[in-house]
Amino acid sequence: MPSLALAPPRTIVDRAALATALGRIVGDRWVRHQASELRTFSADGLPTHQSMPMLAVLPGTREELIEVVRHLHRSGIAFVARGAGTGLSGGALADAHTVLIPLTRLHRILRIEPKTKRAVLEPGVVNARLSEAVAPYGLQYAPDPSSQAACTVGGNVAENSGGPHCLKYGVTTNHIVELEVILPDGTVTRLGSPHGEPWGPDLVGLFVGSEGMFGIAIEITVRLVPLPQAVRTLLADFMAVRSASEAVGAIIAAGIVPAALEMIDQACVKAVEASIYAAGYPTDAAAVLLVELDGEPVEVASDGASVERLLLAAGARTVRSATDPAERNRLWQGRKKAFGAMGRLARDLVVQDAVVPRSALPDVLDRITAIGQKYALTICNVFHAGDGNLHPNICYDGRDAELTERVRAASREIMQACVDAGGSITGEHGVGSDKLDFMPWIFDATSLRMMCDVRRVFDPAGRANPNKVVPVFACREWRAGGVS
Amino acid sequence: MNQAIFDRVRTLLGSASTGKSGDGIAQAAPDSTDGISATLALAKNEGWRVRIEGRGSWMPPNAPADLVVTSLGLDRVVKFAPADLVATVQAGISVAALERALTEGHAWLPIDAPGRPDRTIGSVIATGTAGPLREGFGPVRDHVLGCTTVTGDGQVVKSGGVVVKNVAGYDLNKLQAGGFGAFGLLTEVNIRLRAVPASDLTLIAQGGRDALTAEARRVIETKIDPGALELLSPAVAADADWVLAVRLIGGAEGVRSRAKQIRHDATVSWTALTGDQASALWHGAARAFLSGATTIRLGVLSESLDEIIDLVAEHLDLGLLSAGTGKGGLRWSGEATVEHLTRLRHVLAAREIPLTLERAEWKLRHAFGHFGAYREGVGAVVSRLRSTFDPGAIFQVPLDGTAVDG
Repeated sequence: MPSLALAPPRTIVDRAALATALGRIVGDRWVRHQASELRTFSADGLPTHQSMPMLAVLPGTREELIEVVRHLHRSGIAFVARGAGTGLSGGALADAHTVLIPLTRLHRILRIEPKTKRAVLEPGVVNARLSEAVAPYGLQYAPDPSSQAACTVGGNVAENSGGPHCLKYGVTTNHIVELEVILPDGTVTRLGSPHGEPWGPDLVGLFVGSEGMFGIAIEITVRLVPLPQAVRTLLADFMAVRSASEAVGAIIAAGIVPAALEMIDQACVKAVEASIYAAGYPTDAAAVLLVELDGEPVEVASDGASVERLLLAAGARTVRSATDPAERNRLWQGRKKAFGAMGRLARDLVVQDAVVPRSALPDVLDRITAIGQKYALTICNVFHAGDGNLHPNICYDGRDAELTERVRAASREIMQACVDAGGSITGEHGVGSDKLDFMPWIFDATSLRMMCDVRRVFDPAGRANPNKVVPVFACREWRAGGVS
Repeated sequence: MNQAIFDRVRTLLGSASTGKSGDGIAQAAPDSTDGISATLALAKNEGWRVRIEGRGSWMPPNAPADLVVTSLGLDRVVKFAPADLVATVQAGISVAALERALTEGHAWLPIDAPGRPDRTIGSVIATGTAGPLREGFGPVRDHVLGCTTVTGDGQVVKSGGVVVKNVAGYDLNKLQAGGFGAFGLLTEVNIRLRAVPASDLTLIAQGGRDALTAEARRVIETKIDPGALELLSPAVAADADWVLAVRLIGGAEGVRSRAKQIRHDATVSWTALTGDQASALWHGAARAFLSGATTIRLGVLSESLDEIIDLVAEHLDLGLLSAGTGKGGLRWSGEATVEHLTRLRHVLAAREIPLTLERAEWKLRHAFGHFGAYREGVGAVVSRLRSTFDPGAIFQVPLDGTAVDG
């Protein structure tokens, strides 16, 4: 059998004519084609990957979005849907042959249904805004990426985003019950059901995390959860990173599932404390753990006492407990704004994302330190320790080509160390462009080829977010019988 | 039995892995993923229809086929990492054997599937049959971190991984959990575990259905975060009345406090069960669904439960019924015809409530389909996915049904 095209054909496009046609759909002011306008859309927070789209079109209504996708289908033009551009994987980037569709104008919360604990929204709704909107009903939207003040729920759906509180509450896929989607050929359909049962095979589960390669979510129905009755936040500081890592394992092994269990190492603590986000973290500690428990008040108090004992037994120097919302918010601000604080240290910052089994954390963190020394780089770690989701951060100056190459090499070696430890190359940022090369480290040729085939079910022409997630050229070779 | 097929399979796998099914069909019981792969590749090349089986204690093993491929030769725990609360197990291991193995590592898989404890874990995952613990721990799919699946042409596909958080590649696990085997034969799964809880207490209240559903709504308002909050019909609970059962799981102090909260302002009388009584209740409820020839589940939210239970009574009966009164979900078992079920599916579809046929004799499954009609546009996607995972259409899995007009 001849191979079907996995990457879209490079259609010769009259850019001006396309801009005019799309302008007729969304209004001329919502089609961006000047280089100065497009620069805004050339990155997604990862400085090692930049790309200028052919043009950007910003639909303002559901109908406009549908018409844009159908026009691009008729024209055979590839497209990339984009939320707020905070993905950090090079996933929401389009090249000169591809139209970018930012969805930030589709930012309406359509319905909040407190009785059924559901909300229905457009994809451009900002994550934090959703939780703010449902809080008066005693509800929250649990997935809370660190970028939640900017990132969109549509982007979260594409990436299956996580966040600190996903340890207890689950990641995005656990909170999406129904999607109205437009497939790349312009077909509009609804997946799942508002009641949570998939209504057939679990196509919502398959769609979530497909990184915009199966189509675009037009309308999203999310599951909301009640705000907890009680919350307790603990901060423990350790003089050795290994001790902090071991405390993480001890807490989970004790059968306690904290709402969040985060680790911040010394380099990162120093950056936070030197910034406007200072949270009162001890700067002489090798690492701090931020542990949050929530739920029924007596249980929170009881588990809190147990966690405190476990932290001290693992070698914590001190354990501090936030007793009021202001103090809790301050402790969290340090964690949530850590990337911002580190961004002050150098011109560029690479935030990596990998996962390891919890038991491997101590050794992998040692290995990351060694990799930093090998490449003469300072690597800071701030991450979701409870689920082994690491975020090594490397500050550097992207104008220095030699330094940039060292950053790339170190990132690659960190990924290899995580995979060697039984882990995965991404826990919440997605593969995007950044990790394409690493996919064959964790999936064999047959499994990657099956991913290509599944993608083709939704997008036979490969026009939605082309050349991401699965290394398509390698896939073509395998299809031709070279490897498999 | 087709002797030629039997001989071909015996030549491929050897005598120890080849036999005859209960209904006289050649049966392959490979003891490795490679063996399953070779068997399915052969079946595809020969155009044999294949029936996937586990223990055969849940889904009646009576789909017409040229070859039965059973997972029973795959019954090992491949790897168990108690410190990470993750295990890799072969799909043919029974739930009971898995529970025993996990207990040694102080770990627990919070899935209380209906049926007998000797059901295979592959059956539970493939049919997506969660029990009352879905209230506190989510549906079956939430426990699956990774899968090894053999497609209908013998390809071995791995999805997911062994870590608890992972977004590398498309989430093909989701097709396998609840896919009824239409997208391949599961041979290995990586599952997420929990530490064995310090305390696990069941409280029950008995009485009329309306009083109990009202009480369930009150319990939900207390935000006590139950592991299970299930309304059981008298036949399921083996009781003279309807039973509302709540299962509280966690630390000892927290469980005691939550039990106290439930009793505070209660509108019914709650009784705490001993460990043995609780075990008997939940295991009995799980087995009870086997008493009916057909089992369905409805994706219904707790707010609509009263109305939907009435609908089930109108179209079927209220014999064997269990409903999640917190996050929803309803399971019914009994005697039903295609016509009865079709009418109910239509009525429910108008309310956007999906009806999934969990188990039934082949004739009914084939006519009614596990899922029946889909929403507009979905059927084409499902059909293309099936062709992708089973290009020769060898798996005898009736997702859509033949007698349902939508």
